[in-house]
Amino acid sequence: MNKAEQALFELRHMDELQDMDSPVHRCSALVKLIAVIAYIITVVSFDKYDLSRLSVMMIFPVLFYALADISLMTCFRKLKIVLPLVLAVGIFNPLLDRTVMLVIGPLRITGGWISMITLLLKGVLALTASFLLAATTRIDELCGALRRLHVPSIIVTVLLLTYRYITVLTEEVSIMTDAYHLRAPGQKGIAFKAWGSFLGQLLLRSADRAQELYSSMLLRGFNGEFKHVKTKKESSREILFCLLLLVLLVLLRNYDLAEWIGKAVTG
Amino acid sequence: MHMADALLSPGTAAVMYAASGAAAGISVYRLKKQDLTEKVPLMAVSAALVFAGQMINYTIPGTGSSGHLCGGMLLSALLGPEAGFLSMITVLLIQCLFFADGGLMALGANVWNMAFYGCFLGYYLIWRPIVNSGLFGGDMKKKIALASVLGCILTLQCGAFSVVLETTASGITELPFGAFAGLMLPIHLAIGLVEGLITTAVLEYVWASRPELLAGVEEKGEAKSSMRSVLAVLLAVVVVTGGFLSHLASSNPDGLEWALFGNTDGGYSANMGLDEEDFGVSSTAADTAGSIQESTSFLPDYAFKNSDSAMGTTVSGLVGSAIVAGTAMVIAVAAGRNRKKTA
Repeated sequence: MNKAEQALFELRHMDELQDMDSPVHRCSALVKLIAVIAYIITVVSFDKYDLSRLSVMMIFPVLFYALADISLMTCFRKLKIVLPLVLAVGIFNPLLDRTVMLVIGPLRITGGWISMITLLLKGVLALTASFLLAATTRIDELCGALRRLHVPSIIVTVLLLTYRYITVLTEEVSIMTDAYHLRAPGQKGIAFKAWGSFLGQLLLRSADRAQELYSSMLLRGFNGEFKHVKTKKESSREILFCLLLLVLLVLLRNYDLAEWIGKAVTG
Repeated sequence: MHMADALLSPGTAAVMYAASGAAAGISVYRLKKQDLTEKVPLMAVSAALVFAGQMINYTIPGTGSSGHLCGGMLLSALLGPEAGFLSMITVLLIQCLFFADGGLMALGANVWNMAFYGCFLGYYLIWRPIVNSGLFGGDMKKKIALASVLGCILTLQCGAFSVVLETTASGITELPFGAFAGLMLPIHLAIGLVEGLITTAVLEYVWASRPELLAGVEEKGEAKSSMRSVLAVLLAVVVVTGGFLSHLASSNPDGLEWALFGNTDGGYSANMGLDEEDFGVSSTAADTAGSIQESTSFLPDYAFKNSDSAMGTTVSGLVGSAIVAGTAMVIAVAAGRNRKKTA
């Protein structure tokens, strides 16, 4: 499978996930967007040594993924993109910060290790949240929510059209790559001589395509303003859920639930 | 170079959102003044093209690795800076939502690091002055090559430097600022050069077959005085980056080694750089990490002192990011004045 095919596969997989039905899928896109952003802000706002309070935040993905009927594993597969970068930044913490913060028997845990694990956990949790949003919200619903947040119409329209055209152009790249490799067996990438013409040709064809697209949009009465899906108003239950979640996040940010549980157990 | 949410503090993320939001607002405003409807489909298709184009591996002659396309420079050369910038935003948003590349909260920072420099700095300071100058006796192909390579290198250096600033301002890494910059900048120098060459190839092809598609190319050569300001800015950039490069030059004489190191770390390579399948020696990373540690002197108490004060990190986050935004604004205003003068 070439890289373009891989990307197409991932996009189709997301489409399938979005087409499922669950309370999370049915929830208003705006509420989900606000909840996810609030969650990510809470997660990254913890101090770098505050592993215990951060760990409580794991409840949310576990709970909501179960509600959405999506396996957390599907999200973890995407970690291979995010984690190496986070790790590359965090890997120096254990080397540079050697202050012992915790002693468990013979084991001396330094601040550097705690801050690195905290950083990685933040990376994982933030990803689970945005993935859940993408996996349960269709792009037109998301665009509707962005529009209601007063994101300029042109950005939302371009976003919607780009999303549609990504599949078309990626498929074309995939076919072109396969065709090229069939003619140049054993070659890993595109040779230096063909660098310009390979993508250049696609670019010229795309420019023509854009012109055709524009003509057809004009024929259908496009006047610069794209008619977005009318999202229905949030129900009072959804607003209540959103408020409760925000309050809960603030509470969990400021009170250490993990420590209370630990104290209750250890006495 | 896509930053993850975990690498930013909320304060820094908010500042970067504000900066990118302001740039987007100005872009929307300027586009509205022009006839915008015709550009919308072209913006979308071009954004999709950049996304799809990043799936192509270009073999770098003489090495076993491959590089990718530089989106910001290509889009601004095709669409102009404002439309290019908005298109890049949508590419980054889709990458973040559907491919877990970057993060929702880090989107503001990613837009700034990858789209702002590429589209605005790259276009106004490099692309437009160079393609309209009388350099190379008016040989357009050479001018496109110079503009693309310089543009990609400069904008990637600015982006990489901003990543260092933002991460340090967020108090995420214990790695001292200088060492982190010394890691990031040389890696992106190599990546920028490769991306510049790919962008050159594509834009030269477009110039040869459909020259009217390139933005900012004027019929008559623009006044040559604009070259002087470009050179002044470039000189400043070279001096600044040179300072960081020389910092680690002795321990790492080969720029390619840094690119290799970037590969073993993964992440950067996925979008910005070279093919990670070709490499993957974890010991190189460990060795390099060791050498950086030695060369930057060991500071066990470095971050612990200020780590307790969350306030301190937030304030420094704001200050650092404000400096970046301020510098960029000054350059943008200067470029605008210069444009008016020459127009």
